[in-house]
Amino acid sequence: MRVHRAVYVRGLRRHTTYRAATLAGILTNCVFGAINATVMLALFAARPHINGYDAGDAVTQVFLGQALLAVVAVMGPPLELGERVRSGDVATDLLRPVSLLGWWLAEDLGRATFSLAFRAVPTFAVGLVLFDLVLPGDPLRWAATLVSTVLAVLVSFALRYLYELAGFWLLDSRGIWAVAGLLGPVAAGTLLPLPLFPPALAEVLRVLPWASIVQIPAEVFLGKDSLPGGTVLGGLALQACWAAALLSLGAWATGRATRRVVVQGG
Amino acid sequence: MTSVRESAGSAPPSGAGEGPVIEAVGLGRDFVLSEGPFLRRRRRVVSAVSDVTLTVRPGEIVGYLGPNGAGKSSTMKMLTGILTPTRGHLRVAGLEPSRQRTRLAGRIGVVFGQRTTLWWDLPLRDSLALTRHLYRVPAADHARRLAELTELLELGPFLATPVRQLSLGQRMRGDLTAALLHGPRLLVLDEPTIGLDVVSKSTIREFLLRLNGEEGTTILLTTHDLGDVERLCERVVVIDRGRKAYDGGLDGLRASVPAPRVLVVDLASPVGPVRVEGARCVRVEGPRQWLELSDNPAAVIARVADRHEVADLTLREPDIEGVVAALYRGEAAGNRTP
Repeated sequence: MRVHRAVYVRGLRRHTTYRAATLAGILTNCVFGAINATVMLALFAARPHINGYDAGDAVTQVFLGQALLAVVAVMGPPLELGERVRSGDVATDLLRPVSLLGWWLAEDLGRATFSLAFRAVPTFAVGLVLFDLVLPGDPLRWAATLVSTVLAVLVSFALRYLYELAGFWLLDSRGIWAVAGLLGPVAAGTLLPLPLFPPALAEVLRVLPWASIVQIPAEVFLGKDSLPGGTVLGGLALQACWAAALLSLGAWATGRATRRVVVQGG
Repeated sequence: MTSVRESAGSAPPSGAGEGPVIEAVGLGRDFVLSEGPFLRRRRRVVSAVSDVTLTVRPGEIVGYLGPNGAGKSSTMKMLTGILTPTRGHLRVAGLEPSRQRTRLAGRIGVVFGQRTTLWWDLPLRDSLALTRHLYRVPAADHARRLAELTELLELGPFLATPVRQLSLGQRMRGDLTAALLHGPRLLVLDEPTIGLDVVSKSTIREFLLRLNGEEGTTILLTTHDLGDVERLCERVVVIDRGRKAYDGGLDGLRASVPAPRVLVVDLASPVGPVRVEGARCVRVEGPRQWLELSDNPAAVIARVADRHEVADLTLREPDIEGVVAALYRGEAAGNRTP
């Protein structure tokens, strides 16, 4: 565990190196958030209620989505693992006396923590200034949102880890990212809250793991009864199940990958 | 130097009484390649390593040589556990590498010259501090060993520099340190001096000799730099097309291929090609002549001096580069194993 803590701290610290990139990222999130929120306001001006969402809910979810975008990295950047599989540098990762999954999880949690503090909070704060966002009154719900965000990061990590691990078989994970980087954010509810989809489609998307990355945390924040079981706990349970299942799958696939490993390059 | 391992500090380089550090019998690895245009791919099995039998004893420095594509890197990957052999028996530091990879990682140090284990964005110091947790080295041991390595490899001036700003030579010294902080019994180096200048190469070679001499660390290295081989390796293993072509001392390697010694004679005045028994004139430039020897040099020198006035002479050993090149071309007198 000590090594993972050390890796976590380093993952966090290395991102502090790129200050200009952080500022640019916040700006991008705010601009996209503002455009997207304006579209939502226009839509809800025509129809004030859509499948349990009103204008405030939708705009809030838009900014939650933009704030979480860097934290859960649903549109990338990919884990460096993929690039390392492609170049063969993964050889040096495999030469460490720790599991590949644990190492990269610790690193990614460090990255996510940095992004939560320096990307998510400023982005959401700008949203608060520009728009009427809905905030939970209950402190417990803030705590639940934090837990939900941590679970979202775990689910997102596990998915991205599996994308990259596929590189061991495909030799290159860029094809997977081309698809996942496009469909993932849609299924997560980043571009459009899932309630705005046709109900049948929304019901399917809601139980897929991507929804646990943005849609479920947003509903926890908004306190929606559309969560599984109609409660915040139901939402957290769904996320926890996905996190456990996908991380187990990742651990199993790591064993398979490294046993038939093709480490590339001389 | 003192070591994290209790036994190593005073262990003689020969490491008498211990089993082999590396034991490979009939080691082989095949790859399946897909070839041809997209819709008509064919699968073809190629053998990167076909049959390598190798024993390395504690305290040895072994050079593992071969042309590009001979199977050197594949062997290194199997030895370190990141590539599973297709066939054969393999034990490294008492473990089966591919099944016990993470345990093995604690017993060996590995440096791939073209890759780095250091954290690109962080100061060198941070990467080195991490190895303490990685290998669970007690803090006092870690600090002492880091201080020693810092001094020997002169890391002091750039410990606080982010790795991405280090020169290649500095980075390599950092990587070597990271691989050695846990006091491994075996150090595996894949082209450790690639791309380095003469001074950096020499620093690293002297350091490796010292590590081997004082701690008895076994070293296996691949290299295309024959200076490394001549300076470091008492024993060389040459691999060609996945098979062992030679295994033995450096002198034996010289003897195993027809690369004769050359006597360069400066005569008092230019004459026609010298003809004496046991030598063949291969080149004439004014008063200077090159004679390939097939007899004892002393006898040939006496014969030349009998007939001509000699101003100066030098004897040139065949350099190892020429020998290995000849071996690759299949000119070996016969495969030899000790």
